[in-house]
Amino acid sequence: MNGLSAKTRERVLYLISPIGLIIVWQVLLMLGFGDRRFIPAPSDIAWRFWLLIESGELAWHTSVTLVRVFAGFVIGSIPAIAVGLLMAMFKPVRIVVDPLIASLFPIPKIALMPLLLLAFGFGDASKIALVAIAVFFPVIVNTYVGAANIEKIYWDVARNYGASQTVMFTRIVFFGALPTIFAGLRIALAVSFIVLVAAEFVATKSGIGYLIWNSWELLQVDIMFVGIVTIGILGLITSALFQEIERKVIPWKAE
Amino acid sequence: MTKESLCFRLPPGDREDVMIVQRRGAAIEIAGLRKEYVSGAGRVLALDDITLRVSPGEFLCIVGPSGCGKSTLLRILAGLDHQTGGSIAVDANGWRVENAMVFQDSGLFPWMSVEKNVGFGLMTRGVPAAEAAERIDAALRLVGLTAFRRHYPHQLSGGMRQRSAIARAFVTDPAMLLMDEPFAALDAQNRVILQAELVRIWGQTGKTVVYVTHSIEEALLLGDRCVVMTAQPGRIKQIIDVPFPHPRNLMALSATPEFGSLKLDIWRVLEDEVMRARAEAEA
Repeated sequence: MNGLSAKTRERVLYLISPIGLIIVWQVLLMLGFGDRRFIPAPSDIAWRFWLLIESGELAWHTSVTLVRVFAGFVIGSIPAIAVGLLMAMFKPVRIVVDPLIASLFPIPKIALMPLLLLAFGFGDASKIALVAIAVFFPVIVNTYVGAANIEKIYWDVARNYGASQTVMFTRIVFFGALPTIFAGLRIALAVSFIVLVAAEFVATKSGIGYLIWNSWELLQVDIMFVGIVTIGILGLITSALFQEIERKVIPWKAE
Repeated sequence: MTKESLCFRLPPGDREDVMIVQRRGAAIEIAGLRKEYVSGAGRVLALDDITLRVSPGEFLCIVGPSGCGKSTLLRILAGLDHQTGGSIAVDANGWRVENAMVFQDSGLFPWMSVEKNVGFGLMTRGVPAAEAAERIDAALRLVGLTAFRRHYPHQLSGGMRQRSAIARAFVTDPAMLLMDEPFAALDAQNRVILQAELVRIWGQTGKTVVYVTHSIEEALLLGDRCVVMTAQPGRIKQIIDVPFPHPRNLMALSATPEFGSLKLDIWRVLEDEVMRARAEAEA
């Protein structure tokens, strides 16, 4: 590999362990270790993957899951950012909100699913609500921490140069907290996939979570794997997209 | 005296015939000022019995050892802190903006480009976009940063950041400029250049400047008067009239024997103070 740059070499090395794992997996099953009905080989999964893509089934479930994640993500993060900034700016807000966060954050959000089914019914609304709630907490905590740690000199400058509360909120505290807000949003993105797939196990007929649970009930193990791999790919793509957005929105962040 | 500098205050029609010399900055009247902090250990007296009058258009330097409360005094003048006792009266002489502060660490907002930073004090005060753009242009030209207007602070050198901060202060056209060791973090060459720039701009705009520094040399180079402060509590030890006429050639001035002997006089006053403060701290 003498002709390759250090960076390319690093990238190749990066792929060796996952590819190696897949090869070992495939070879072991082909040699007759394990029952292929219960443990499908990578080639079986790939074939099933292709069939599901062709039938349009996978695209349908994926789009349903993505719409729910996106809606819940937006609905949950916007108020979280607003309240988080207000907490940093006004002590009374902090005093009121802090104990609520402390007590509600540790509750496993999936435990709320029955309540949400009662409140919002079996449709998309209950899943979106669950994602929104799960997203809210990491985003509000990160927003508050980011805004509270803005260097004192920026507050001084803003006050000395005549900033009103509105300007303080929209031009100083928000932007000052933005890098930390983005860190919170990225955690929230992962969290929203986690809770949504779990929520889709029950009381729905669509989404990647449903695909996985349904194939478990029918003992179609290869479809289960297709569902799991799809989530991994979605996570990879959305996270990369997110980084791109972050670079656009925070151009001042030193590389 | 360029026309450019006039843009800061005068409406476009008047630029030609109004003499800048007629413009006078804020007058400041400080009487019996006191500042006490309540800290964990008890009360700390930061400033005591500060009585001082600053004339309109004066360049006043405040020099003293660290911990003498000179920055606190400036922060009180800037409205960022409040005194415990005594009074401060500022007569802005009809200027719209009373003061603008230049901080030791530029304090540029990292998330705003240079021109947004420079225009910040105009945005907060609702100056119409067209007028703001014109004033920002003039301020950037004044500090030589027109080519860098779309850069972000992290892309600039320390000297350029400090120049941006000065432009941000000037663009609001304040009656007084409050400067807290604005060049302390710069290298010697940049400091000399920026000092000369500052004196030139001050001469053109007639603003009152209160300039805090720990450097005697800087205080003598720039100031009309020099207030020497004592350490803990900060009191006024002495006020020295700096006898050198403006405009000054800063480098040449600093090489004259008069400058050297005045510097030595002030150093002796300060040295006593530093030694006394040390002895007290050890006792």
